[in-house]
Amino acid sequence: MDLLKFFTAGSVDDGKSTLIGRLLYDSESILADQLEALQNSNRKNDDGTIDLAILTDGLKAEREQGITIDVAYKYFQTDKRKFIIADTPGHIQYTRNMVTGASNSNLAIILVDARNGVVEQTVRHSFLVSLLELKHVVVCINKMDMVAFDQEIFEKIKKEYASIAERLNMHDVTFIPVSALKGDNIVNQSENMDWYQGKSLLDHLETVSLIEDDNSEQARMPVQWVIRPQTSDLHDYRGYAGRVLSGSFQVNDPVTIMPSGIHSVIDRIDTFEKELQITGAGMSVTIHLKDDVDVGRGDLITGSNHQPKISNLIEADLCWMDTKPLDPTHTYLIQHNNKVTKCKIYEILYLFNINTLEKVQSDTFLLNDIGRVVIKTAGNLAFDLYHENKANGGAILIDSRTNLTVGAFMFRALAD
Amino acid sequence: MTQQDTDYLDQLEAEAIYILREVAGQFEKPALLFSGGKDSITLVRLAEKAFRPGKFPFPLVHIDTGHNFPETIVYRDEMVSRINEKLIVGYVQDSINEGKVVEQKGKNASRNALQTTTLLDTILKYGFDACIGGARRDEEKARAKERIFSVRDEFGQWDPKRQRPELWSIYNGRIHKGENVRVFPISNWTELDVWNYIRREKIELPSIYFSHERDVITRNGQIMAAADHLNMDDLDIISSKRVRFRTVGDMTCTAAIESDADQIDDIIEEIRASKISERGARMDDKVSEAAMEDRKKGGYF
Repeated sequence: MDLLKFFTAGSVDDGKSTLIGRLLYDSESILADQLEALQNSNRKNDDGTIDLAILTDGLKAEREQGITIDVAYKYFQTDKRKFIIADTPGHIQYTRNMVTGASNSNLAIILVDARNGVVEQTVRHSFLVSLLELKHVVVCINKMDMVAFDQEIFEKIKKEYASIAERLNMHDVTFIPVSALKGDNIVNQSENMDWYQGKSLLDHLETVSLIEDDNSEQARMPVQWVIRPQTSDLHDYRGYAGRVLSGSFQVNDPVTIMPSGIHSVIDRIDTFEKELQITGAGMSVTIHLKDDVDVGRGDLITGSNHQPKISNLIEADLCWMDTKPLDPTHTYLIQHNNKVTKCKIYEILYLFNINTLEKVQSDTFLLNDIGRVVIKTAGNLAFDLYHENKANGGAILIDSRTNLTVGAFMFRALAD
Repeated sequence: MTQQDTDYLDQLEAEAIYILREVAGQFEKPALLFSGGKDSITLVRLAEKAFRPGKFPFPLVHIDTGHNFPETIVYRDEMVSRINEKLIVGYVQDSINEGKVVEQKGKNASRNALQTTTLLDTILKYGFDACIGGARRDEEKARAKERIFSVRDEFGQWDPKRQRPELWSIYNGRIHKGENVRVFPISNWTELDVWNYIRREKIELPSIYFSHERDVITRNGQIMAAADHLNMDDLDIISSKRVRFRTVGDMTCTAAIESDADQIDDIIEEIRASKISERGARMDDKVSEAAMEDRKKGGYF
């Protein structure tokens, strides 16, 4: 059984929590005591049915305000697939949470209120999805019950959205008319929309193909930890422990250690149980090299064929995540996988107006701003471009004064 | 089990090993919080996978309330000697003796809340900067919002509004002196995933997870193991039942379920069919709907 991670983006009143609640409820993923707590709650819909949004509203503060303030993760499983949902708030001030949820997902669900059609927030959410390069997008046109399940309204919104998809270069977009409140086309096929021949949302989630471009040429493994038992029977044991980011490694493969550029050959690939001949993306292993070379945490083991880019000047998209604005004079820290080095924002090229997608000039970044910058790092980074290899193409920015994660980078080009 | 199930467990395992190695790489003095429950036992197996043939780069830390099931302590000591790693025990009784906490009175008294103080004191005493825990996001609503690297302030407090964004697989463990980080490598596992993994890995568990005859009392609709710690009186009628425990905390706050499941396959079937989620068997969460959130803010695991 495989695993699909998805996230939902919608505005405050688009019924996002209700949609997730409905998925869990109709797929019978809610257990008895959770259901009991739900039924005992005072929050009911106007017609007296259970308010399913409560299932994802975790914190006391949220319940008091009736909003979602952070990413909540939910888990469910059907006979076909396991799912992890990142439920992210849609308010503008929480763009950073959406970016976080999107960075850990394979698929995005964008909610559109059938009564309002494509609005500014739809553009914003779609922009973020394209920025994070999610391959699969489902646009759920929700609250169809409020527009008498009218096909014309569905078609009109679909058409409006197509122009956004084109501008943002989004290819795989699926449209589904739903009512999360009433359950139409979420798990069960709607009886109110005979005109819709496509799959229900769950059916789509269960069957969407997850075979993506796997960057099989770009073999990358950052070294997290060096295992050296130094006992008498394992005196010479020296294993480089890490998780393969992309591509695959085989015994006897020539490798290059970055950023130093040292060459060696894979001697052995170990796990706790057994030795492997080959290992691939996502697997945590221990690699042994034939030569006694200087390798430590922060180094990147790469296949010798397709080398990463090596530079200390990089053009990147930046999403600003801190309440304190970007200070272009300050030296920050950049964390790329497990390598941390000093970093400055060398030049701000432009910001995106994320509602109109226009580029605008600015001297700084405020919370939730997104734009293009040139960064300068103290040491060279060994990276790939985000659109070619997400796993080695993103990084976070840390403010050394507060230790907070203040920004997310997606590498776009080598800077001159 | 089908081959396909294994693929999914492999992904979860690889992620957990990755997180454990990040802890080793990023922190000076980490510790693994060991409760004797199945989740922390799973963590120990994952740590073996992450660091063998080397030693663990951290000790195990057990906060002993003095109200544990005796079977848990027997299991703990056997396991520690088998894996040959260091164990540090912090005793709630010491915190009581030192006057740092006051024992609750009455019938439903529990030391569950007191262990927060003992934990924070133990962290301070040994200078731990990261504590690895076995919490899962599917357990409870507040936990669903917890990061994998979760920063606690000097007072051990969790502030849900100040959580760091966690992007891709990049974990920011930088902290100021006095702060520490709670790390949850099996955040993305469900209860069923843990059981499937235990079965696949043939991990031994304390005997109380399996069906056995036991003297019990029924209190507030929950079956509790009969023990002196429960401050029993004449209203508590002891009877013998075939029970097992789905979760292992203190005897005062962990309820049993009636069950004949004495094999791991039976337990997995029972959970699949179950209508009560795991934390439904924990009295400590029943206090109020926000019980877990409040305890977490106060420094609970």
